[in-house]
Amino acid sequence: MPEPYSQEDAVAPAGAGGRIELATTDTGTVESPPAPAPPPDGPAAKPRGLWADAWHELRRNPVFVVSALMIVFLVLIAIWPRLITDGNPLTCDLARSQQGSAPGHPFGFDTQGCDVYTRTVYGARASVTVGVCATAGAALLGSLLGGLAGFFGGWTDSLFSRVADVFFGIPIILGGLVFLSVVTSDTVWPVVGFIVLLGWPQISRIARGSVITAKQNDYVQAARALGAGNLRMLLRHVAPNAVAPVIVVAMIALGTYIALEATLSFLGVGLRPPTVSWGIDISNAAPQIRNAPHMLLWPAGALSITVLAFIMLGDAVRDALDPKLR
Amino acid sequence: MGRYVIRRLLQMIPVFIGSTFLIFVMVYALGDPVAALFGEKAPDPATAAQIRHDLYLDQPIWKQYLHYMGQIFQGDFGTAFNGQPVTELMGEAFPVTLRLTLVAVVIEIAVGITLGVVSGLRRGRSVDSTVLMITLIVISVPTFVTGYVLQYLFGVEWGIVRPSVSADATFGELLLPGTVLALVSLAYVTRLSRTSIAENVRADYVRTAVAKGLPRHRVIVRHLLRNSLIPVVTFIGTDIGVLMGGAIVTERIFNIHGVGFQLYQGVLRNNSPTVVGFVTVLVIVFLLANLLVDLCYAVLDPRIRYA
Amino acid sequence: MATMSPAPAEPDVPLLEVRDLEVEFRTRDGVAKAVDRVSFSVGAGETLAVLGESGSGKSVTAQAVMGILDSPPGFVTGGQVLFRGADLLTAGAEERRRVRGARMAMIFQDALSALNPVLTVGAQLAEMFRVHEGRSRKESRAKAVELMERVRIPAARTRVNDYPHQFSGGMRQRIMIAMALALEPDLIIADEPTTALDVTVQAQVMDLLAELQREYRMGLVLITHDLGVVADVADRIAVMYAGRIMETAPVHDLYKNPAHPYTRGLLDSIPRLDRKGHELYAVKGLPPNLMAIPPGCPFHPRCPRVRDICLADRPEPAPLTGADGRELPGRTSACHFRKDELHA
Repeated sequence: MPEPYSQEDAVAPAGAGGRIELATTDTGTVESPPAPAPPPDGPAAKPRGLWADAWHELRRNPVFVVSALMIVFLVLIAIWPRLITDGNPLTCDLARSQQGSAPGHPFGFDTQGCDVYTRTVYGARASVTVGVCATAGAALLGSLLGGLAGFFGGWTDSLFSRVADVFFGIPIILGGLVFLSVVTSDTVWPVVGFIVLLGWPQISRIARGSVITAKQNDYVQAARALGAGNLRMLLRHVAPNAVAPVIVVAMIALGTYIALEATLSFLGVGLRPPTVSWGIDISNAAPQIRNAPHMLLWPAGALSITVLAFIMLGDAVRDALDPKLR
Repeated sequence: MGRYVIRRLLQMIPVFIGSTFLIFVMVYALGDPVAALFGEKAPDPATAAQIRHDLYLDQPIWKQYLHYMGQIFQGDFGTAFNGQPVTELMGEAFPVTLRLTLVAVVIEIAVGITLGVVSGLRRGRSVDSTVLMITLIVISVPTFVTGYVLQYLFGVEWGIVRPSVSADATFGELLLPGTVLALVSLAYVTRLSRTSIAENVRADYVRTAVAKGLPRHRVIVRHLLRNSLIPVVTFIGTDIGVLMGGAIVTERIFNIHGVGFQLYQGVLRNNSPTVVGFVTVLVIVFLLANLLVDLCYAVLDPRIRYA
Repeated sequence: MATMSPAPAEPDVPLLEVRDLEVEFRTRDGVAKAVDRVSFSVGAGETLAVLGESGSGKSVTAQAVMGILDSPPGFVTGGQVLFRGADLLTAGAEERRRVRGARMAMIFQDALSALNPVLTVGAQLAEMFRVHEGRSRKESRAKAVELMERVRIPAARTRVNDYPHQFSGGMRQRIMIAMALALEPDLIIADEPTTALDVTVQAQVMDLLAELQREYRMGLVLITHDLGVVADVADRIAVMYAGRIMETAPVHDLYKNPAHPYTRGLLDSIPRLDRKGHELYAVKGLPPNLMAIPPGCPFHPRCPRVRDICLADRPEPAPLTGADGRELPGRTSACHFRKDELHA
């Protein structure tokens, strides 16, 4: 995109040999396609920041709006499942085992005779908790270690990067099988801890890379030349510019972490009853797919839609933050 | 080139030690293997102590680790729960999982790259949006759900394939499980090659190739693809290790007696030699795959120098 | 001239004639008229410079002529591109492809990005012979070395196996020139061929290009924003502004006696040794947004000579007449006051 012309550009003083550059923006072989018309909302031609620009872009993106609404809804029912159900996911009636839908029980019953609708609604809590907490943990740990490695370089970088490689080198599902089979807790925390433990290297690589890129910016070099201290440089100049890629990767990771939790629960090493989890329900329902497909359909559908929402959100945010892809 | 490979191999050593030690510690925490050996009966303390001593279990953990690694490098991976040497189990399990992974990688490359190229070249058209939407859905539905659904549809409902795989695990039988294993990676390969193609299709060198009067297929295959597939190759290389590890879910659904199956048995029965042995080999595979990717990368992109 | 070219062209049919070419860019924000009724012609052995600021439509014109416009968003919406009398715009895709590279070649501005980074320069040069002439691998390679020697790349025999990034900027641009020359085309379009180079290298590359053009008697369309490049090598100049041609003239006439206020502004903004100490003239204002080109003459908001008619009526390029009333050959100007300007 051509930058806005300025008077200085158009009449730039002579270069060597009495030659004149008519405009200084002609750097590509592609004749710059037309300058975009100023946005309709008034004289707002003044440049927006990266985030404001991204937000402007996002608000107009239906993918973002839909996925954001879905996520808001999910979070709401994860916190207050009673908003949309009166049932208790642990109140089951074996007499109604695997029955189809009935009045007041639109999704039918599972093998234990529990209401599938209620269990599906309550399942959101475990998934969202694991997803959000694991992502927050991995993002914090990853960006801290990756950021420091990228900022200081040298032996700090070598050490941190090798440590990241160690955790990266363990296949994640196998690792889960080994690590989590030891644990006998019925809370979500072991799973969260495990995902953070094996998930942070991915984020730290991204954070390291973007800190190194940000560090090389001219204005950061200038700040260093002016004698800014390390901490000030890191907080004021480097971090704000390195944070966007981390946020994007973390958002997409959130979706995959939720799927990972379900997979681990399926293998019997993730969440355990009485925690209500889509993964557990899917795992119980899968062998019964012939007799009672509804048992599989609803929790699997809810899980897939949740993962989809987070991945779509991450995608939309990445596109908005990366003008190159527009 | 040779020096670069050696340097990379040396860099792999600490990572290898770290990963395996981590696994070793975790397995150590799994519980007392001697107690597991005796099942429900309480072992005679003297016998237990003797076994402990024989198995090096009375040593500090780092010594146990060193001892274990020493044995591994002599080809001795210990004994599995059923009395078979672990190496024998590996001999049975790894070929099966390798075949499964191979099927998956071939599908991933053939279908993923084709879809990616087609949608990348038609960016913004309906083909492109459809492919994109499908990849998103495929990524979102967990493998074990797709696995059961496809098994049910192909194996039970339509009766096209046998729902579970025999002990031989031939390539034909592995076609469906391979597809299930490949699906998520396939979606990523599609998206990655699409983005890469769409970015490169406007590149100046592609314009040059058109201006040279080259036929369209030559512009695409020789100029566009060669450049666009560099990141895709990187992804697929790293993915080989991920697929071998992830095969555990697929193997469980289709009852395939591969690496995942043996590992699962090992974990269930607290058999540390099986678990550590298999994971160690997988870590080596993963690290070698990464090295291979780096080498491929340098071959594909002459701008990369072996520094 | 007709004896040298394979197609027996009549002497009065120019090598390339562009008539009323129109190109639009259709984007999300609207439609931009990047090229609007542009006409010019180039003869064999002649050099036409197309001069304009960035965004004036000169590169888009070149791409439309070559048939390599990115489409979408770019669309040719009207006009003719006559190559030896045959309209390329109505020709089939296969026919156009055969012309590209073989009879009409293009040199790009930034050779580093215009050359394929993962293929050796030898492979990229040899490709021309393999595809267009069906020569063997070995033959094509020998021809590639020969070409590199022609454009004076030292140690061509060994460097043929190097990749583009292993060459200096000037050497890379020589390779681009070699690639364009490979099949001895009738016409070369050079889009800012020296802009990306160091000043010292610029002259060498430009001289080489001019020399080879004379030797092969090729037509050359030189697209540039650099008035200095133009003076030395061009025979004629077409000045573009906002997607339109403002003035065409033989190079010396244009420098001596411009007939469009825009051209005059450009010339006056060149610093000259004999006017040292004087303040430089600057064309006031900015080039227009192509989605909202002013009505009438597109230059009117910046024109020192603007009158009411300029706001309402769009001036078309029209021939100029001298003081004696006779038409001046090769001169046109798209200004209502072209006479006043010419005789100012």
